[in-house]
Amino acid sequence: MTDKVNFHFDIDGDNFTSAGEASVRIKKLLREMGFSPDTIRRVSVAMYEGEINMVIHANGGSADVDVYGDRIEIILADKGPGIPDIDLAMQEGYSTAPDNIRSLGFGAGMGLPNMKRYTDDMRIESALGVGTTIYMTVKT
Amino acid sequence: MTVRELAALPEFEAVCLPDGEREILGGYAGDLLSWVMGRASEGDAWVTIMSNVNIVAVSTLADPACIVLSEGVAPDGDTLERAKEQGINILTTSLDTFDACVRIASAL
Repeated sequence: MTDKVNFHFDIDGDNFTSAGEASVRIKKLLREMGFSPDTIRRVSVAMYEGEINMVIHANGGSADVDVYGDRIEIILADKGPGIPDIDLAMQEGYSTAPDNIRSLGFGAGMGLPNMKRYTDDMRIESALGVGTTIYMTVKT
Repeated sequence: MTVRELAALPEFEAVCLPDGEREILGGYAGDLLSWVMGRASEGDAWVTIMSNVNIVAVSTLADPACIVLSEGVAPDGDTLERAKEQGINILTTSLDTFDACVRIASAL
């Protein structure tokens, strides 16, 4: 199957309580499409981490999930401040989240590492003052 | 044991029980949400002191059998409302996190 099915979501940057809605929605859609629980978990957790990052750091953004026959691609794009040092940001435990976010249980510095761990491929493009786009692939 | 059976123990109280027959397969304790999503297993009883609405999204994705709020923590209003919508079980206990884990482990 070469055709893809695309799901697009706008991530609201102002509403922290609704963060995760796109991931929950994707989980349900993938379940309806008959993917394995493991695949669904990997996609939805990776996407949730990305959603949270965009809410914390970039005032929202967009998420596109492209479903192919053999893989699921997730593209998260924001117009936030960009990531100055991607290697540093990828280190477990490194976080620039503010205290009010940490008090909610976020900001553990596990977001990007979780996204890498849960996907088969992950690529970050980021430019300071322009934004960040993250490409992730989960093989099905 | 099921979530309903755990909730029936004197130390625990169900504040949201839309799926009481869900089987508890193990447990996980933690308050850092990314850590929980990375490490908790499906079917766990997740013990935490975090009560904000984001625990519902984390549970929907990581799929624990229930959330157990320890240390006498009560869920925020939004949290309960969202948990009902999403079918997430929430119990509370006045036990601290360690004792709650011990109690759950001994009951499993």
